[in-house]
Amino acid sequence: MTRHKIIIEANSKNANYWKDLWNYRGLFYFLSWRDVLVRYKQTVIGVLWSVLRPLITIVIFTVVFNKLGDFSADGGVPYAIMVCAGMLPWQFFSNAFSESANSLIANSNLLTKVYFPRLIVPASSVIVSIIDFFISFIILIGLFIFYQYSPGWKIIYLPVFLLLATITAMGSGLFISALNVKYRDFRYIIPFIVQFGLYVSPVGFSSSMVYGSEKIPMAVKYIYSMNPMVGVIDGFRWAILGGQVNLFMPGFIISVFVSLFLLFYGIYYFRKTERGFADII
Amino acid sequence: MEPVIKVEHLSKSYVLRQQNKTSYTTLRDTLAGKARSLFADPSSLISGTSKENFLALEDVGFEVNKGDRIGIIGRNGAGKSTLLKILSRIVEPTKGRITIDGRVASLLEVGTGFHPELTGRENVFLNGSILGMSKAEIKSKFDEIVAFAEIEKFLDTPVKRYSSGMYVRLAFAVAAHLEPEILIVDEVLAVGDAQFQKKCLGKMQDVSGQGRTILFVSHNMEVVQKLCTKGILLERGRLIQDGPIDSVVKKYLEVFAVGDSMFKISLPDDHEQQQGYAHLIHVEDIRGNPLAEIPIGQPWQIRVCFRLNRRVPQFVIALGLTTLFDMPLRTTWTPPGDLSEGDYEVVFKCDDILFTAGQYKLIVGLSSDRIPFQYVEGAGYLTISDVSTLHNDKQIINTNSGLIINQMNTIITRKSK
Repeated sequence: MTRHKIIIEANSKNANYWKDLWNYRGLFYFLSWRDVLVRYKQTVIGVLWSVLRPLITIVIFTVVFNKLGDFSADGGVPYAIMVCAGMLPWQFFSNAFSESANSLIANSNLLTKVYFPRLIVPASSVIVSIIDFFISFIILIGLFIFYQYSPGWKIIYLPVFLLLATITAMGSGLFISALNVKYRDFRYIIPFIVQFGLYVSPVGFSSSMVYGSEKIPMAVKYIYSMNPMVGVIDGFRWAILGGQVNLFMPGFIISVFVSLFLLFYGIYYFRKTERGFADII
Repeated sequence: MEPVIKVEHLSKSYVLRQQNKTSYTTLRDTLAGKARSLFADPSSLISGTSKENFLALEDVGFEVNKGDRIGIIGRNGAGKSTLLKILSRIVEPTKGRITIDGRVASLLEVGTGFHPELTGRENVFLNGSILGMSKAEIKSKFDEIVAFAEIEKFLDTPVKRYSSGMYVRLAFAVAAHLEPEILIVDEVLAVGDAQFQKKCLGKMQDVSGQGRTILFVSHNMEVVQKLCTKGILLERGRLIQDGPIDSVVKKYLEVFAVGDSMFKISLPDDHEQQQGYAHLIHVEDIRGNPLAEIPIGQPWQIRVCFRLNRRVPQFVIALGLTTLFDMPLRTTWTPPGDLSEGDYEVVFKCDDILFTAGQYKLIVGLSSDRIPFQYVEGAGYLTISDVSTLHNDKQIINTNSGLIINQMNTIITRKSK
């Protein structure tokens, strides 16, 4: 609630939108806080779920790909650590994306009763997933200790790639959440995207298997790198696994561009449609 | 003085989708049509519908000065809530312009954003921030809010374990401690028990005493008249009148009383040859104002106009009241008396029994020397609306508890230890 003259008009461009967003940071904080508090209410092991879910998936992926499928990690890195370095950002993305994509509908009672910049709702869902991400980071540390593996100095770049993951999740989350308000079909599409994404992203395998393969034509490699999560996961592996992994630069740059495009288009589409949310939700 | 709210030529239209009523289509036709339209416009996938525009507000304009307390009145569907939603920036107008100068807080629902899993304490902070309070503001008022809601003991209990009364009290307590310059309130007082409602009204009057501007929607004319200084009357999206609250309320009663509050009795062709006939029924409040809908809990009266063509010995006119399913509820006869030729009217006052909300059928009968000469079933209808709130400080009355809502006298006596 700020002191300024408000003009309400049809199709008005709210010049104070970003200022409003800043003024509503308190609400942003409380919505995130609510989601964190509520998340594991009435569960027995509570926050342990944040660790358990990715851990079990890592174990299964390691067994399936490494032991049964005979895949191997680059440069003799323990396979479980490689999977973990991909699983953590993927888990973060899939949580953040599906939570934020459903967030407007889950909070429809707020949208129809109070004014606030609508961007807050999906954005705060992403924040909650970041907290989950930090908690599940324990797994990686545990694996480092178990395998007596020490990451290189490049790990200080990790926040950069976390930011990239956040951008990707935020952009796609905003876009889908806005679409979801009008077309509830997306409620069924979201789990599908998440499930499908797990297999086309380099979670259980290494990107070098794609980029390094001579059987795969170049065009397919570029299409592969248009998946923004390829850039994110490759970045995570590069930072965590030290010098053992090389980034395939052209592919990485394409991924980053797709991520940024998603963010800008997501914000653009969201801003364009948000004024009508309360009418159609 | 510069107005704090200025509304000019405000319109809001909604697109209504209606199911197309085609006579007979095969599944194959439907599928083919869907497939075609899929490429044209995905929104048409939402089954065979046609669009129709509906104007919720049409060219509404008014001004509000600082410190005004505006009551927005009108029947259901008049556009009151839409107006509040536009003023609160929740929905966008289709046409027109609104200028607001000052901090706005709107209260369209009690307890917006309350989360059942969170404790009372946590919900105070969450709800406060949703309503636009800062964390510091909530902290400084926290004790006051809790005391107002009277829930000190349950502060750390999840609100899903609260009784509905406690829930509403807590929710309203947060809202009551908002301190915006402009407060927009939809009909939220209709919940909670009478005593708490009174407390809230008092709080709102305090707030407005400090020079704040209030826009208030209610169906309860009594509350509106008590709280507001000015009124705005809406009907079918149009502004009919604005001005001092008393004249607007009067207009509301006038406009909506006519029509539904008056029933003409259809008469047989030979009615002039009869001894007499009743021809008009008015439904009124106890002071004689015509009223289409009687607020629940309020007394009412029925005025019947009749004509006698000649002198009628031992004349009796009776009024019967039945439910819509023809269950007789009450019949009242006038004492028999000899009446000479002329036009008459009779008033049946109902100030002892309070019927619950709903529609009731009226029966009128005329007789002379116990021989009826006119009997009309469904001569008119009485509508009792549940929009108003009961003002009864001593008891809680549930409007679904029975046809008659008057309470019996009760005595509790202790028989043993």
